[in-house]
Formats: sequence, structure tokens, C-alpha cells
Amino acid sequence: MADPKDIYEQRESVEDLERQLTEIKKLSPGDESEREIALLQARIDRVKREVYSKLTPWQKVQLARHPKRPYTLDYIQDIFTDFIELHGDRRFADDHAVVCGMANFHGQPVMVLGQQKGRDTKQKIFRNFGQPKPEGYRKALRVMKIAEKFGRPIFCFVDVQGAYPGIDAEERGQAEAIAHNLREMSRLRVPIVVTITGEGGSGGALAIAVGDVVNMLEYSVYSVISPEGCASIMWRDAAHAETAASALRLTADDLKELGLIDTIIPEPEGGAHNNPKQMSESLDKQLQKDLEMLKRVPVDQLTDRRYEKFRRMGQFFEDASAHSAQSS
Amino acid sequence: MAWFKKEKTPIVSVEQKHVKTEGLWTKCASCKQIIWKKDLAANLNVCPKCNFHFKVGARERLEMLFDEGAYFELDADFASNDPLHFSDTKSYRARLKEAQKATGLKDAIITGDGKLGGRPTLIQAMEYRFIGGSMGAVVGEKICRAIELCIVRRSPLIIVSVSGGARMMEGAISLMQLAKISAGLGRLDDAKVPFISVLTDPTTGGVTASFAMLGDVNIAEPGALIGFAGPRVIEQTIRQKLPAGFQRSEFLLDHGMLDAIVHRKELRPFLIQSLNFMQAA
Repeated sequence: MADPKDIYEQRESVEDLERQLTEIKKLSPGDESEREIALLQARIDRVKREVYSKLTPWQKVQLARHPKRPYTLDYIQDIFTDFIELHGDRRFADDHAVVCGMANFHGQPVMVLGQQKGRDTKQKIFRNFGQPKPEGYRKALRVMKIAEKFGRPIFCFVDVQGAYPGIDAEERGQAEAIAHNLREMSRLRVPIVVTITGEGGSGGALAIAVGDVVNMLEYSVYSVISPEGCASIMWRDAAHAETAASALRLTADDLKELGLIDTIIPEPEGGAHNNPKQMSESLDKQLQKDLEMLKRVPVDQLTDRRYEKFRRMGQFFEDASAHSAQSS
Repeated sequence: MAWFKKEKTPIVSVEQKHVKTEGLWTKCASCKQIIWKKDLAANLNVCPKCNFHFKVGARERLEMLFDEGAYFELDADFASNDPLHFSDTKSYRARLKEAQKATGLKDAIITGDGKLGGRPTLIQAMEYRFIGGSMGAVVGEKICRAIELCIVRRSPLIIVSVSGGARMMEGAISLMQLAKISAGLGRLDDAKVPFISVLTDPTTGGVTASFAMLGDVNIAEPGALIGFAGPRVIEQTIRQKLPAGFQRSEFLLDHGMLDAIVHRKELRPFLIQSLNFMQAA
């Protein structure tokens, strides 16, 4: 059974080998040691390839939730300049699980937004464990409308376990807030580039993910329900989460294959948290490419194109009448 | 010596002791009144004693709403082809087959084309007995086609929801139906064609978080469970008992999420009158 612990254990064995290698390199040069160095290096490469090329969907879920994984504010800091945060939904409150603001992207004014998780306990509570309430989604839409008004592109970063399931969230219309965002985002008259950076948790993710381009980081996941949630419903036992993770087809490769996303952005070896700078650089490159492409699309075509993009999703059905008509 | 002696007669299971009244009587889930089934049917499946609204099948629903109960079914043969080859304790294909056999439907929604108060109207009704009325690619596609037809004809759309949400067995594909339908409703809205959402017990998850909350007018039957997260999930998250009446129609009306709560008997006149307001006859 592939246990999530395995990734870390196997990583440790890689580190162990690397330590041995540096030790040998320190020794005086000679034919003997050179051969040993070459052998060790080959072994390290092989183990690394093995570990990261064969990650199971459940292990990818673990990487997507890694406590050191870069969050939205990290990417904003690395990729954008002059970020000014905008707060509040003008109706009820400022939701700290969603951050939004104006920024500069390679000299161009843009709107950026995304869900934000916390790192330590205090921050986690402040960010409500990265689970937005209706006011978070309403804030996001409010700033997107500002971007539309002034003709600025929008960048969304998605990393959310799910919209907050609580009494207050229900009272203020969690479902309505999400539904409203879906409809309005589909007809905003500016380019929208979406990137799933960590967890793409169901409606809570989609509510800021109706874009012209939807990217996923290599080890991010995007699903209609969490593997734990699926397991407790279908198997009546959350312990089946690993099986559920495979059944749900939630990895970037799966979504690409199903035609639901556009580009998979490769992560540094071992995941984004191993080299956040490198991650930001490749994300930055992709975002530039996407924006350049979208800027060439006239506004009227842009919304049509976005509508068609989502309209095509899920042509997975049979029309029995068409079959019988053909055969007769 | 024992005072009591065990009887020799074997213990009879409760089920066997029941008098067979199957098919004639039913018990109201709310007031526990025993109701003659014919009375219940004559009363639109509403308890004559306490007004509890029983669930209604998709076909019955359309018959209840259209003029003379007459309609034409569209896209009747669309069926899922199990894109993920999903299997849990049972395969999705087997579940589909079972549901198709039990309901006589190919998926969880019917599109009816007919007249409502003399006005050509499309009404779509969901079927809870079909995998909990869950929404996958077929439901998404059928709703989008209905929307597109309504735009061309400039005729109103009414969707009667009863659903547990997105269909897990179609993974992210079912999630994308939320965006797909909502984008379609954006176009319907741009075209100024009326859309009325009728929420019935229960409407939760991805269905509430997309089309069910996007009506020009959102109305619900009395006592319907309506929400984003299910009550069990919320209880597990906050580890508290939920207040009485939480996520029921009356609660949503109080919190400004519904335009009205409409008794099943009043539904048809309510819809006709609303459409008369929205569109010239």
C-alpha cells in the first residue's frame, strides 16, 4: 500500500545517498572513488525519478496540501509588484480567506485574487483555514467588476479545501454567492487567467475559476468533493480516502485528459515547496504567455470563447435515439 | 426456581407481524397520520392533515404543472457513458442501470415542452430517485440545451430542483456543469428571457450553488431542505447541534434567499402570474 509517509521516507533515502556522495567527493581523487561517485549519482537520479514519477493520486493530494506549499500571497509577492490589497464585500464583512488587490504584472495594471491559507495556528484561524464564507466570494466578484470597469485583466489563484460549511455561511447564502459568481464571471468583459495552485475544492474553488484559461500546477488537484468526503459517502468510511482519490480522477493529468483544463505547469523536483522561487518563475512565464494570447482576442469574442469553452465540457453521454436512428 | 419460564414459541420478527396494507395506505412522515394513498394523490401528494409535502416524481411534477398535464419530452434518450469508469462499492454503470430500471428515465432530469397558462414554456423537473437527483454531464447538457432553445424561442424556462448536488461518480466533469449551466443562464439573462427556479425537498450542494439560486424569481415548497453544505457535514465541522428549522424553506425566506414559499396547490397559478409579469402574453 502506498502510504503518504512513503514520499517522505523515500526522500530521506535520497538525502542519505546525497550525503554519502558529498562525503566521497571530499576524499582524495582516484579511479576508485570516481567510479563510486558515478555509481552513486546514477542511483540518486534513479531513486528520484522513481519517487516523483510514480506518485499516486493520493500522494499528489498530500503534496497539494503540503504545509510548506506556496500560497496565493507568496505568488503575488514573487510575480507581481506594487500590490495594493482591497478589502471587504461592502455587504457584510472582509473575508480573510480570500485576498484581492490591484497589482502590476510586467508593467501592466491587473487585478489579482485568490484563497489564502495560514501557516501557523494564529494565521490559520485568521484565514479560517483557507475556507471562504459568502462574503469572500462576494468580495472577489466585487473586485473583478472593478477590473472589468477599467479594462484590466484578472489573475485568480485557487487553493481551497472547500467553501466553509457553517451555520453563518449558510445563513448568508453560501450557495447563492457561489452561483452568482459563476454566472457573472462567465460574462466579464476582460481576460481571466485561472491557476489551480494547490487544492481545487469543489464549488468553493470553481467560484473564482471560470476563466478564459485554466492552468493547474503539476501536483495540484481539482475535484467535485474531497477524497475523504467521497470515501465517507460511498464507502461510509473516510479511511478509504486513498481509493477515492484514485476513483475521482482529480490530478492535473486527469483533468487535462478530460479536457477540463488547458495547461499543466511543471513543478520543481519534489514539489513547489522544495523550490518556491523556481515555481514562481515558471508560473510567471505561463501567465505572461496566457495574457499575451488573450490580449489579442477582441472583447466580444472573449466572452463567446469563454462560454464555448465551458459549454463543451462534459460531452460524455450517449444519445440512444441517435444510435437507433442510425442503425434503422 | 425461576418465576418466569421462556415461552416455547419462536420470536416472530416485527416485519412478519405487520398487517399487509401495502399499496393502499401510507404514513405521513411529519404528523404520522395514516393516509389513504388515493386521497394523497388527489391532494397533489400533500398531507391533507398537516400540509407536509411528499416528494413528487419528475413525470408527476410536469403533469401537475403543464396545461392539461400535456407536454412533449425533449432529449429523452441522453444517458451517461461513465467517463471515469468510476467504481466504489458498486460500479457507476451498475448504479445507472439500477436507477434507469427503477425510474424508467435515462438520467435525473426530464425536459418538458408544453404550455403553461397558454404560454409555450419549457419546464425541467429533476428526479430524486435517480441517484439522489444528482447532476452529471447529462443533466448539465439537458439544461444547457433547454436554455439555448428558450433563447431562440424567447420562451420562459422553469426548473424544478430536487437534488443532492453534483454527481460524485463523474468527478470534476460534474463540477464543471455548475459553470456550464451558470454561463448559459448568463446568456438567458442577457436575452431577457424569464427563468424561474422552484426548489423542492431537498435541494443541496452543486445544484443550489448554480442554477437553483439563479432564477429571476426563486421559490420553494414549504419545509424543503435547501442549502450548500448538507446538515451532517455542518454538524461534523462545527461540532454543535443545528438549530431547529435550519436550512428549511422558511429559514431561507427569513434570511432573504427566496422570493416566496409556495404551497404545491398554488404553484401553477404563481408561475403563470409571474410569467405574465415578465413577458407579454
